[in-house]
Amino acid sequence: MTETFYEVMRRQGITRRSFLKFCSLTAASLGLGPTFAPQIAHAMETKPRIPVLWLHGLECTCCSESFIRSAHPLAKDVILSMISLDYDDTIMAAAGHEAEAIIDETIQKYDGNYILACEGNPPLNQEGMSCIIGGRPYLEQLKHAADHCKAIISWGSCASWGCVQAARPNPTQATPIHKVPGLAPKPIIKVPGCPPIAEVMTAVITYILTFERFPELDRQGRPKMFYSQRIHDKCYRRPHFDAGQFVEHFDDEGARKGYCLYKVGCKGPTTYNACSTVRWNGGLSFPIQSGHPCFGCSEDGFWDKGSFYDRLTDVHGFGIEANADEIGGTAATVVGAAAAAHAALSAVKRARQKGDEK
Amino acid sequence: MATIQTPNGFELDKSGRRVVVDPVTRIEGHMRCEVNVDENNMIRNAVSTGTMWRGLEVILKGRDPRDAWAFTQRICGVCTGTHALTSVRAVEDALGIDIPENANSIRNIMQLSLQIHDHLVHFYHLHALDWVNPVNALKADPKATSELQMATGPNHPKSSPGYFRDVQNRLRKFVESGQLGPFKNGYWTNPAYLLPPEADLMAVTHYLEALDFQKEIMTTRTIFGGKDIHPNWLVGGVPCAINMDGELAAGAPLNMERLNYVKGVIDRTLEFVKNVYIPDILAIGGFYKGWLYGGGLSSKSVLAYGDIPDRANDYSPENLMMPVGAIINGKLSEVHPVDLRDPEQVQEFVPHSWYSYPDEAKGLHPWDGITEPNYVLGANAKGTSTNIIELDEAAKYSWIKAPRWRGHAMEVGPLARYIVGYAQGHEYFTDQINRTLRALDVPVDALFSTLGRTAARALEAEWAAEMQVYFFDKLIANIKAGDTATANVEKFDPKTWPSEVKGVGFTEAPRGALAHWIKIKDTKIDNYQCVVPTTWNGSPRDNEGNIGAFEASLMNTKMERPDEPVEILRTLHSFDPCLACSTHVMGPDGEEMAEIKVR
Repeated sequence: MTETFYEVMRRQGITRRSFLKFCSLTAASLGLGPTFAPQIAHAMETKPRIPVLWLHGLECTCCSESFIRSAHPLAKDVILSMISLDYDDTIMAAAGHEAEAIIDETIQKYDGNYILACEGNPPLNQEGMSCIIGGRPYLEQLKHAADHCKAIISWGSCASWGCVQAARPNPTQATPIHKVPGLAPKPIIKVPGCPPIAEVMTAVITYILTFERFPELDRQGRPKMFYSQRIHDKCYRRPHFDAGQFVEHFDDEGARKGYCLYKVGCKGPTTYNACSTVRWNGGLSFPIQSGHPCFGCSEDGFWDKGSFYDRLTDVHGFGIEANADEIGGTAATVVGAAAAAHAALSAVKRARQKGDEK
Repeated sequence: MATIQTPNGFELDKSGRRVVVDPVTRIEGHMRCEVNVDENNMIRNAVSTGTMWRGLEVILKGRDPRDAWAFTQRICGVCTGTHALTSVRAVEDALGIDIPENANSIRNIMQLSLQIHDHLVHFYHLHALDWVNPVNALKADPKATSELQMATGPNHPKSSPGYFRDVQNRLRKFVESGQLGPFKNGYWTNPAYLLPPEADLMAVTHYLEALDFQKEIMTTRTIFGGKDIHPNWLVGGVPCAINMDGELAAGAPLNMERLNYVKGVIDRTLEFVKNVYIPDILAIGGFYKGWLYGGGLSSKSVLAYGDIPDRANDYSPENLMMPVGAIINGKLSEVHPVDLRDPEQVQEFVPHSWYSYPDEAKGLHPWDGITEPNYVLGANAKGTSTNIIELDEAAKYSWIKAPRWRGHAMEVGPLARYIVGYAQGHEYFTDQINRTLRALDVPVDALFSTLGRTAARALEAEWAAEMQVYFFDKLIANIKAGDTATANVEKFDPKTWPSEVKGVGFTEAPRGALAHWIKIKDTKIDNYQCVVPTTWNGSPRDNEGNIGAFEASLMNTKMERPDEPVEILRTLHSFDPCLACSTHVMGPDGEEMAEIKVR
């Protein structure tokens, strides 16, 4: 008999009351109203663990590392009580043949009913052999697992867009999951970021388990609940942008006052992610709060848009893919330009105000 | 078949049965290992292969050197940050940029937090299952487990019989559910596992505790760099400006509240390392102290670059708090200086790597590095180019190059650092080593083993946890003395740069000596080369036939059951392999990648 999440929590000495509070918090962190808490509670009281095959292609393992940083829910509880992480190179006990066998065992037992979680991406050059698993191209393992899965989660910018190894000139022809030739047509949810925020990763899993469906996705395949707003839209430094108060260079007076980082290259105005709302590591901080401009790590092709310290106006075009959300792309460019105009206006306004003060 | 004698002292015999492990799991990235075992199940030949390549250095060419830290940080998300730090140091070296004292202290805290986190997660989540049997933990008596906890780690508050019973119940439910998750298909009946059930239960309990705790260790970087994983760095210092009591300090990166948070994390980390990690190493080590395989190159040739500068901008060995030096041929009495600029010292060879040089008889210094991928299998390989059954180690067989120091294959990493420190009579490290040897009641030679490597890593985490306190205090004292500078931006603008410069930056990554060599031309990266710890340790054979550290460490190890590679995993894991880091490439003129020819 498979243990449910609720049973586990109870056995750990967590009261029913605390459990319900946890469900409310989860509902809140998913951007759902309090009315959803009972649904989450019901799901956690009744669901067995869904099998997950977590495959690694060309990547740096930052997504796995981020995942284990999740503060709510804890990674431990996700692994022990919510999913059955049957294959994951990074933490599995078995190696070699015994590891490889698990994929086929899972397919036999749960055909069409497991989640395929992809970290990294397959290379197509070098016959696919710049990423070898079990003596064969990773591409084969990926396609085989995708043929029989229920759905695919593309963790991080590698799986979602290609990320660093796919930056120009992409010597291995590293290819994001949704563009892999011959991949079975399965629903794909993209959770971009380098890496994605830990609590966003675990919230996506919790949502899928709770509602037995994918969260609503935008046209690029990202969960709307976390990727529908720009960093800039909810940035705590936004009032300084509006007031035309900018950091001119690192460690200046403005940097010490938490002014807007737009002039030292912040890509917040064109980056869709939850950093300024959910924040990182249990809500502790995010890049802008630590004094560094956002460089847009959740955006497609962010490595190839010029220096991270150049202002948005210096960025020519946004390299939008043909199948991407054109509207969002256009908006981004406009926002970039508008931001520049807005910043200039604010500066003029401020200069005038200063003049008035004299 | 005749045996082959390697110049670095190993006798290779391919005549026995070939055992293949691919994928090697619980590492970063992808690797393969093949060994030959004789009729007594003794490993007589070892072949280790890096099975991934991403070509990041190609990608770096032509980019803004100030961005390089972000690219190179993505070489690895496990040693997240150590490449970034190495990169900003390389750029600062090239451009002659000095950083403020506070930036040095903050960078050190960030780097030390990585050492601790990486070592702790490595031990509990990548390595422990080589020694610890979670299924056996179900047989434990919670009361006896509590007594074991009191005896081995008396300062850890979580020690009651009820607590261990709860964990055991949870584990039992998990196992009985039939969904074993990460424990599925493990080698749980293998006689290589020696712990009594109580020690297994204690260790599994700490596996879970460490999984909960590890997420805190690097939140110092969330404060200093905005996120963990992959925090933000800056050429010329750190991005986190300090504002202790001025206007708008609440919204500043660093203020009293933020620094208090850092202090809390540093204190809790030291507690966990001292009360849980170190006692566990001694407790588990005590049951395995007869298993002294896996020394490999550690008693012969080890290399350390040093790291953690006490004062800013001084990278001389006297100012580095981690040991610097090379030991060759087992002569501990002679520690050689290391110069990363000297073309005769660090060189990379490719006769057994999937790259080609114009002249493969020679090695190349990283500033002159050439790389062209050349994926070909040897004549005696079994299988096809896209379905490798067995590799031919007489030909090219790995995506990792073979770096050598004055022609020697070297081991790098915590054990190498500790051996160099011990040879130099470094007081703190020597005390730690002697204390550990006494606690386990083993001779000093026991250091040169898989277990020694694993113990050195824990000792280093303890040292790093103490050093975090030192640098935090230093940071506060400096701020109190009126110095709040965090970045030097005099040369941040590329217009101020000379047209052609080159530099080198180095760190001691958790896995060992790491350096980046950079050439900057007309404000853009002209050549970027990284030689990475796992490149050293995971090195294939070289022109002379020397085997690398992974291969050497597997030699003459007895396997209980050749079909269950517990011993292979144990020893490979003791190096904490990081394969995303270890394979790299750069075309010297940035020419198009050559076509790949496969025989």
